[in-house]
Amino acid sequence: MPVIPQGARPVLDEADISRALTRIAHEILERAKGAEDVMLLGIPTRGTFLADRLAARIADVEGTTVPVGSLDVTMYRDDLRLKPARALERTEIPDEGVDGRLIVLVDDVLYSGRTIRAALDALNDLGRPRAVQLAVLVDRGHRELPIRADYVGKNLPTSQRESVKVRLREHDGVEHDAVYLGIESETAI
Amino acid sequence: MKRHLLSTADLSRDDAVLILDTAEEIARLAARPIKKLPTLRGRTVVNLFFEDSTRTRTSFEVAAKRLSADVINFSAKGSSVSKGESLKDTALTLEAMGADAVVVRHSASGAAYRLATAGWSSSHVVNAGDGTHEHPTQALLDAFTMRRHLGGFEERRVTVVGDVLHSRVARSNVHLLATLGARVTLVAPPTLLPVGVESWPCDVSYDLDAAIPGSDAIMMLRVQRERMNGGFFPTEREYSRRYGLDAQRMAKLPDKAIVLHPGPMVRGMEISAAVADSDRSVIVEQVANGVSVRMAVLYLLLSGSESAIGSEEGHSQHQNTEPKGAVA
Amino acid sequence: MSTTYLIKNASILGGDPRDLLLRDGIIAEAGALGPVAGTVVIDAGGLIALPGLVDLHTHLREPGREDAETVDTGTRAAALGGFTAVHAMANTDPVADTAGVVEQVWRLGREAGHCDVFPVGAVTVGLKGERLAELGAMADSAARVRVFSDDGKCVSDANLMRRALEYVKAFDGVVAQHAQEPRLTEGAQMNEGELSGLLGLAGWPAVAEEAIIARDILLAAHTKSRLHVCHVSTAGSVELIRWAKSKGHPVTAEVTPHHLILTEDLVKSYDPIYKVNPPLRSATDVAALREGLADGTIDAVATDHAPHPQEDKDCEWAAAAMGMLGLETALSVVQQTMVDSGLMTWADVADRMSVRPAAIGQVDDRHGRPLAIGEPANVVLVDPRAKRTVDRTGLASLSQNTPYQAMELPGAVVATFLRGTATVLDGKLA
Repeated sequence: MPVIPQGARPVLDEADISRALTRIAHEILERAKGAEDVMLLGIPTRGTFLADRLAARIADVEGTTVPVGSLDVTMYRDDLRLKPARALERTEIPDEGVDGRLIVLVDDVLYSGRTIRAALDALNDLGRPRAVQLAVLVDRGHRELPIRADYVGKNLPTSQRESVKVRLREHDGVEHDAVYLGIESETAI
Repeated sequence: MKRHLLSTADLSRDDAVLILDTAEEIARLAARPIKKLPTLRGRTVVNLFFEDSTRTRTSFEVAAKRLSADVINFSAKGSSVSKGESLKDTALTLEAMGADAVVVRHSASGAAYRLATAGWSSSHVVNAGDGTHEHPTQALLDAFTMRRHLGGFEERRVTVVGDVLHSRVARSNVHLLATLGARVTLVAPPTLLPVGVESWPCDVSYDLDAAIPGSDAIMMLRVQRERMNGGFFPTEREYSRRYGLDAQRMAKLPDKAIVLHPGPMVRGMEISAAVADSDRSVIVEQVANGVSVRMAVLYLLLSGSESAIGSEEGHSQHQNTEPKGAVA
Repeated sequence: MSTTYLIKNASILGGDPRDLLLRDGIIAEAGALGPVAGTVVIDAGGLIALPGLVDLHTHLREPGREDAETVDTGTRAAALGGFTAVHAMANTDPVADTAGVVEQVWRLGREAGHCDVFPVGAVTVGLKGERLAELGAMADSAARVRVFSDDGKCVSDANLMRRALEYVKAFDGVVAQHAQEPRLTEGAQMNEGELSGLLGLAGWPAVAEEAIIARDILLAAHTKSRLHVCHVSTAGSVELIRWAKSKGHPVTAEVTPHHLILTEDLVKSYDPIYKVNPPLRSATDVAALREGLADGTIDAVATDHAPHPQEDKDCEWAAAAMGMLGLETALSVVQQTMVDSGLMTWADVADRMSVRPAAIGQVDDRHGRPLAIGEPANVVLVDPRAKRTVDRTGLASLSQNTPYQAMELPGAVVATFLRGTATVLDGKLA
């Protein structure tokens, strides 16, 4: 199992990630003034698990469950032609729908911003939210589009030669969550 | 490099499952207010139909348009094709127009294969039915429909009944369902079974009544009335009596078994109206699923720098080794 | 005065080296010959000398399809293939069913001069299978027709076939049958078998050939007239002919080079270059045909050289014309499949490609003769050690539909002499 990238060093451990998510959950509630019309949409694959975790924390704090779903952006990507055709991920929009809601997009790493651009387009085809915000576990810089995150777990200055790998228990078969920084040699996240 | 979809025999199990899974995701999008996806913007898909088939052509057209591809319908009727233009010249014309994919329907077996391999065109080729050879997207939508109802293919028995000899749908289904792990039984009068069918990855029976009780899905193939004049069977009445699916026979199907038909149906011949309109029948669903499956195929063939599925360039199950036709 | 050639050290029919002096159209001297004044000396060391090859089955396409082949281009191809005589099939446009048409073809052959052209006359008017053509008029014409065939179509009517066999006895003719039961082969595209089922191509079953051959053998026996079976393609046909010969029935048969080397597996490519009638068969059939040719059950190799313009092959399978080129590759294919495999000697090759076809065609007074003093100087010199890669653009034929494109084949025709005149020298048209 490709658990830990070769030669990569951990920059966030499980406790760091847990704290970051708890903080983001609080920040979301604070800025939204409650959980009432919030909907979390994770961007597959790891964004989906992070969205679930955020929802659980919001439930702990606020006692209410916010709707959580997933939003696959593959069909909206601008780099489709640059890579071999790939499998689609699940899009699961909660029954409430996105119209008039505060949508918080959740992803693991914010890099060029192109995934989020695709997500905004995908969201646009689903309806008209009241507002859209972005929560990411790691912001590693090097934006190629005018996009910024509203909630950031950790700002991680990187070089473009480096890669950032997030490993989550639910998805990656690891015992502990972690974020690694390594040299770009394997497939980018 | 994989480029084309010519035959279901070229699909690995992973390929086939990827298409069905992708179609499943795409089908979930069908309920959205805006059905169109931007994925194939700027790509041109040509529907090249040398045979009339409004339903298949329309299904591909809707599929391509939902993916934002530009669609050109090039039908043989009323075009230069009907004035004797060759397949080759048509291909060269489409190439010059910049077609990224050609969806081809032709009355000659192998026409799609020829279009893909003769060097006339660099487009991706999707076989939308070639003669009595194959119709891969039909088999894929049949499999998609079956998977939704049956849950999977392992240990599932699919019975295909009718004119197997002339059926491209039967050929594509046998290859695909065998690849997916289902057990297929072909049922037909001996005159409507191809020579060599014993070597196909399926069982063969002449007795519909024997096959019905064990069937999880039963697919009735169209029987063209012309076949009667060809002497393949004595009369419509006798065919219908021995190989038609009526309410009595349907009652002997297992409880959750479904009835499929690739259309167009000849009601009263291979299938009775009561069966076609019953709650066992998934025939209307098949049509709806056709769009999702064809979107999945176009997406997987066209969206990336390399196709994720299909037949290799100039290479297929038909030629997985060097041509061995020359005997040393 | 024509050139005199002194061929030095040619292996006669693959046997011991000898010299041959070709002068005034005949083999004037043979043996170990010293220098002869005024001769062109050809060093034939390592080459094999065979009597000029005779093809019983050539489509020259003229008149009517001069875009595919003409008598001139077709006979150039023949000479390059080592042939000194070809039988030109009757399915031209107009059909060679009158003395006028056969004489035209015969005259065109004489004018071209690359090899003898013996026109085949149609059995029935317009190849329609309805009534006999004027077989006697064609036999009596300048073309002296002895072989009659509706090739491309089968004389399927049993009574008409009986009458044809009876009628040609008057001038010692032979009916060459294209054995294909028409009802069993309606729309047929390829050999009927497992592969045709998978490819969805209408099958051409072996029984459609064998049923006609069986019937015709019985008719030949009944009428005591000569039957020749064109392009035998199945193991069952070989068995039937073997049986007929064991009974002493007057039956001969030919096999094409392509049926000796190619199998139906090539159809998987859906490339119509492999579309031919009768179709390419299975490896079992190929083995039986080779065995039948080796043991003499099959009398002759005949090319069924069938030129088609590119547009008739550059299309989908069902729309394509049937047939493939053969004249320029026949000897190489026979060498590879029959000689290099050890099934036949070069003397056997001379027998199956010259002696027996000449006898079947009733031209054995001029062709298929021994390489001996006083015999007509129809000679071909073959280099059996040569290798060549087939290049369809380099063929003499007007058409390019060879199934052997880019294949390496053994052997090369170095020189061909027609009545002492070189038609081919150094592998090129003289």
